[in-house]
Amino acid sequence: MLGALEFPDPINTILRWKDLFPTFNKIALIACVAALIGILVFLLASRKDPMVAPTGVRNLAEIGVEFIEDQVVMQTMGRRGLPWTPFLLSLFVFIYLCNAPGIIPIIQMPATARMAIPLFLSLLVWVVMIGTGIKHQGVGYFTHLLWPPGVPVALKPLVGVIEIISTIFVRPFSLTVRLFANMLAGHILLVTFALLSEAMFQAETKRPILNIMGVLPMAMLIFLTLFEILVAFLQAYIFTILAAVYIGEGAANAHADEH
Amino acid sequence: MEAFSHLVATTGANADDAKAAAAASSAGFAYGLAAIGPGIGIGYLVGKSVEAMARQPEAAGMVRTTMFLGIAFTEALALIGFVVFILIGL
Repeated sequence: MLGALEFPDPINTILRWKDLFPTFNKIALIACVAALIGILVFLLASRKDPMVAPTGVRNLAEIGVEFIEDQVVMQTMGRRGLPWTPFLLSLFVFIYLCNAPGIIPIIQMPATARMAIPLFLSLLVWVVMIGTGIKHQGVGYFTHLLWPPGVPVALKPLVGVIEIISTIFVRPFSLTVRLFANMLAGHILLVTFALLSEAMFQAETKRPILNIMGVLPMAMLIFLTLFEILVAFLQAYIFTILAAVYIGEGAANAHADEH
Repeated sequence: MEAFSHLVATTGANADDAKAAAAASSAGFAYGLAAIGPGIGIGYLVGKSVEAMARQPEAAGMVRTTMFLGIAFTEALALIGFVVFILIGL
């Protein structure tokens, strides 16, 4: 029937790249280039005269800043969260530029499809989240988690334990896994359909209809590539908005003591 | 598992192959089961959000943000299933 459809085995072969030089491979290269592009765009934009109407790269940067301000900060933290815009903006831009290479031909690898970068970013968010909580509420941040206000006394120990586990331990984990698994799943889907259509085109069979039917996975591949454009943006957005929610929570409870 | 040991006995595959086959098929089951709940959840969530946006278009921005948050939390379950599927599939 079909020529052997060989999925790379083990799964690492589609993810593990040869070191360009020791401890530095393609993923690290993509991450470095993403950081550099982000820095460059915003440096160039900040050089432009702010008094004249924005053009070119400054327009791009302003769209980014406005998007983060309107869609992320104002929606989750409100006006007093605006000082967090630079942090969230750099998170968003870095994650988006790491995700985007997943659909750029020849590169075809999202840097966030390995655990390391999402894990580091979410640990960063975790540290900032707990730091903000301690800064705004002192030790009260932890006692609020452990002994939550506004809950019936009989339920407090139970809710407290659940809150502690979900806030301190599950949040960084789920933040990591969400980004990492989404990008990895997209990458695996693209690889699967690319290999399937290649195998069908090249299959040596007596019924050429099978070779022609290779356009079906090809069409699916094109559709998935378009879908991945959306996913790359959406995952960066979701990571940023969750970071904003977590950070805003630490800062918000300070004014909500009167439960 | 009995089905696999039966398969091994009839085809004469060695133990490693049987293990790999069992791992592969349970990985498939794991992901399939993990996708059921979040699938229903996300469908319900987005459906309700669309309803809310249709009733009150001026609140669409807020509803959309909340919807994405809800999707992110719901989807995490499916994704954990996906990660487990990779881990036991290896």
